[in-house]
Formats: sequence, C-alpha cells, structure tokens
Amino acid sequence: MSMTMTQKILAAHAGLDKVEAGQLILVSVDRVLGNDITSPVAIREYEKIGVKGVYDREKVTMVMDHFAPNKDIKAAVQCKMCRDFCEKEQITNFYDVGRMGIEHALLPEKGLVVPGDVVIGADSHTCTYGAIGAFSTGVGSTDMACGMATGKAWFKVPSAIKFILKGKLNKYVSGKDVILHIIGKIGVDGALYKSMEFTGEGVKELTVFDRLTISNMAIEAGAKNGIFEVDDQTEAYVKERSDREYKVYKADEDAVYDEVYEIDLSKIKSTVSFPHLPENTRTFDEIGDIKIDQVVIGSCTNGHYKDLAEAAEIIKGKKVAKNVRAIIIPATQDIYLKAMENGLLKIFVEAGCVVSTPTCGPCLGGYMGILAAGERAVATTNRNFVGRMGDVTSEVYLASPAVAAASAIAGKIADPMEIMKEGK
Amino acid sequence: MVFNGKAIKYGDNVDTDVIIPARYLNTIDKKELASHCMEDIDKDFVKKVNAGDIMIAGNNFGCGSSREHAPIAIKESGISLVIAKSFARIFYRNSINIGLAIVECPEAAEGISEGDTVEADLDNGVIYNRTTGKSFETKPFPEFIQKIIANGGLVESIRRGDIK
Repeated sequence: MSMTMTQKILAAHAGLDKVEAGQLILVSVDRVLGNDITSPVAIREYEKIGVKGVYDREKVTMVMDHFAPNKDIKAAVQCKMCRDFCEKEQITNFYDVGRMGIEHALLPEKGLVVPGDVVIGADSHTCTYGAIGAFSTGVGSTDMACGMATGKAWFKVPSAIKFILKGKLNKYVSGKDVILHIIGKIGVDGALYKSMEFTGEGVKELTVFDRLTISNMAIEAGAKNGIFEVDDQTEAYVKERSDREYKVYKADEDAVYDEVYEIDLSKIKSTVSFPHLPENTRTFDEIGDIKIDQVVIGSCTNGHYKDLAEAAEIIKGKKVAKNVRAIIIPATQDIYLKAMENGLLKIFVEAGCVVSTPTCGPCLGGYMGILAAGERAVATTNRNFVGRMGDVTSEVYLASPAVAAASAIAGKIADPMEIMKEGK
Repeated sequence: MVFNGKAIKYGDNVDTDVIIPARYLNTIDKKELASHCMEDIDKDFVKKVNAGDIMIAGNNFGCGSSREHAPIAIKESGISLVIAKSFARIFYRNSINIGLAIVECPEAAEGISEGDTVEADLDNGVIYNRTTGKSFETKPFPEFIQKIIANGGLVESIRRGDIK
C-alpha cells in the first residue's frame, strides 16, 4: 500500500510500517504548542490528569500572543496562569512579551520545527508548518493537555488532495493569492478532514514565506494539514535556524489521492475574499468601488518580513487615504527589528500607518483595531467570519499584503498594479 | 446514550467565532462562556435554550478557530447533543475530548425543524423526530472513540490508563 507524505510521517511517529486513510492511530509528537487563550483551559485539564510533570520540558511550547501584551485584567490573569505553569514545570520554550511573536511565525523562525516533525498546537493555524515538510495540525486544549502529559495524540489517518503547482507568480501576486484562489475553488469544507499536499515544478518558484502563508490557511478549506514537498529552499531555511537532524518524506509515486488539481501560478491574479467566508473570492475584474475604514497588515498568515517589504514597496512615498486607519503588525520581534533596520517602519509611519508590537490582536477581534458597526477592513489575516474583527455588522475583506497596502493608499479595495501605475 | 429535547436549528458553516466570540476568551469560566454562547449568530439563544435541547446544523459546523471554549459553551448552555450534516474536524475532536455528544447525520439535519421534539438513541443509531414521526439512522462511533466517550473524555481515558 502506497502512502502520501502525511501518511508516511504519521506512520513513522506511530511506530508502524504502513497506515491507511481512516485508520485510528496513536502518534508521538515532537512539539505541543499552546497560546494565552488555549493554554489556560489545557492547564486546567492537565492538572486533572495528575502526572508528575510534562513529558518533555523542551518540547512543550507556550507563546503569549493573542491578548498579549495583556489587553485587560482578565487577559493578564490568563497570561499569568501560563507564566506560572511554565515556571513550575520549567518549560524552556515559553515566549512572553519582549521575546514572543505570533506563534506560527515564531516557531519556524526559532527553528523549533524541522521537516518530518509531528506538531500539535491548540490553535487552528498550527497547520502552518506543513510549509517546511512537517505534519502539523490544530487541536483543542484537552488534546494539548494530554499531549503535555503523555507526548501523544490520537489521529484518524487522513486521505489527501494533491495540488500540482506549475509556472511562476506574476508581480504583486503572492502566496496569499494562491491559497485564496484555491479556497475559492474548493470551498471552506473542500478539504474537510483531509491533507492538502503541494507538489510540482511550481513549488520552487514560491519562497518559504509564500509556502508558510499557503499552509497556514489550509484550515480555511477544512483541511487537517497542508504540506509542501521539501526542497533546497526549505533545507536552507531550516539549517539556518536549527541543528536538529530531520527527515524528508516524499509521497510514493503511486500514492492515492481523492482529487488532483493542477494550479498554474502564472494564471493567478490578485484575489480578495469577500465577507463572510474565505471561499467568497473575487478578482479585480469583479470588484467594484468598495470604500474601506481600516487596513490590517500582519497576523500569522502575513506578518513575515517579506509581507511587510511588499507592502512597503507600494506605500513608500505615498500617504494613507484620509479616513483610513492602517495598522501594521510585524509578526515577531526579529521581523520588527529587521523592518526597523531596513527603514520599513519609517516608510510606514511617514505614510500615516501605525506600527504595533507583535500580537494576534485585531485578527480575531481581540484588540488593537476593532471595527465599529458597518465598518469595513481589508486585512491580510485569515478569517472574515461574522463579527471576526468587531461588530457583527462590520466586514472583513481578506487579501495579500500588496492589495492591503494599495487599498490603504486608495481608501478603497485597490489593485496594487493600478496604484503603482498611478504612482509613476 | 439516549437524548430527548427540543431542536434549535442553524445553517451551514457555523464558525467558532459566532459560537463564542473571541472578545469573551479572556476567561475559562464555563458559566460565563455559556452566557455568551451563539451570541453573534443568535442573540436569543441563551434565553430560549433549555437543559437537554438538541442543536441541529448544516455542513461544516464548528469551522474556524480551535477554541475548545466553543463546545464547552454549548455543553454548559444545556445542549445535550449536536446533530449536523458535517462537522469541522477540530470541533469534532474537541467535542469528543470534552464529552459533548455529537453526531453526523445529514438526513436528520435536513428532516428536523426548529422547535421539533427530538429523541436520539445513539447506542442503537436511531434519531426520531417526535413532531413529524420521521426517524433517521446514524452510524455508531468507532470503538476507539466510544471508549473515550464512555470514559467521560480524553483526560479520564488517560487517568484510567487506556491511553498511555
């Protein structure tokens, strides 16, 4: 029986030679992740299990990113609960304000995930690390608690959808447009319970950061994970950040897939997801005059340095439109520092943007950019559900950093190509 | 496991952000979470729900964020069972892990209306709509999952040494 990339990683971590779709297995995990929202529930459950300590104090990882720096007293209590727990359990990978970043940008950056790993995280966007050839998936707090106690998690082995990428992206088109395009094609439950496996000639045309964005949003198609084939770029990225040995898994030639899609990257245009589902995608030929009140550039999806650089290229020397609040959120401290050293922050501030410390903040309607009734935002985040960024009548339009930047300048949803033409 | 209750019905793609909005995630208090359950999709839910009621939904119920606060809020609100055409995978495993009964049954989700009186016998795989007299068949859970539910959730399964 042949296996997909995902199935091979799961088999190896279950101590089995073979697994097949539908099989229930118990898997050893290489990392267990939680944040300041999900960890408190996990800690409460963990205490009930009554083990002497966590299974591995280096592998348990907590990042204070959702409501941190503490947004209110209750958030402060939750962060303190995590901090005290990590102190007591001597957790080495505890990331607090000043050292933290948005978890799914931080873990790859710190070299905490390598190809072939199995990572569970009590955050749905844990699927991000598929970009570097790991099996990683979002779970709940109870799974996190049990993972911390035993180092194991139960899974139903997923079947897979294969995406064969070819061609090369056009100017101002990035990983975000690719994944929005795919979700528009297959729907928000198009990959429900399944793996999305990305392969083909086109993979090498995507930077590791484009891939991180694509894998990050696999969950928005309902997928269990979204994994890329490992190539030279992945290995260079990982070796720069980690000394750990890793294993590269390739799907068998005759692996079976539920569906196969060919995606020509050169045909993908700038894509925007309209409210209130990521599958409601449109390209600029179908987008009219839509005025906006806010732009958010950041999040675990698009808060990388590359994303900020793409936005800065468009914003440089221009001004944010009157009546638009443009909020830039570098995803990690390192990204913040690099953006500062390379003059990106100056470009943003001079244009009338505000630059925030790393936080998930507005993406989930936490703080740092909540929308009032009827307001509209273009955001590089990952969800545009009802009330996601504030009032239930507010609207979120999901887009790439380039589209978000162009929209900030235009005061309406705008094509970066047009803005750059006008600028000359 | 047998459930009896009135149906409270929703559509497709009900996400965990509307089940429990993120602005309330600064607490892990179950009662407080339940007091905001379904707030952004149905302001009246907390007023109309009674202990034992059964939630009916369309496709991809519980999509989005992995917050376990969502099934916790539903369970704590008094809902005894969720029947949907399909569930998002993290919500599905979270429900099993915390012991909220859920079942996938597209026919029942289609054939039950808001306010119908519903009886569900999950051991025998039968859902009965007392209001219309129609009944629907469901598939039982795999043994592995039945065991977790029988133990009262994943934590208890580990405590009992069923998962090592």
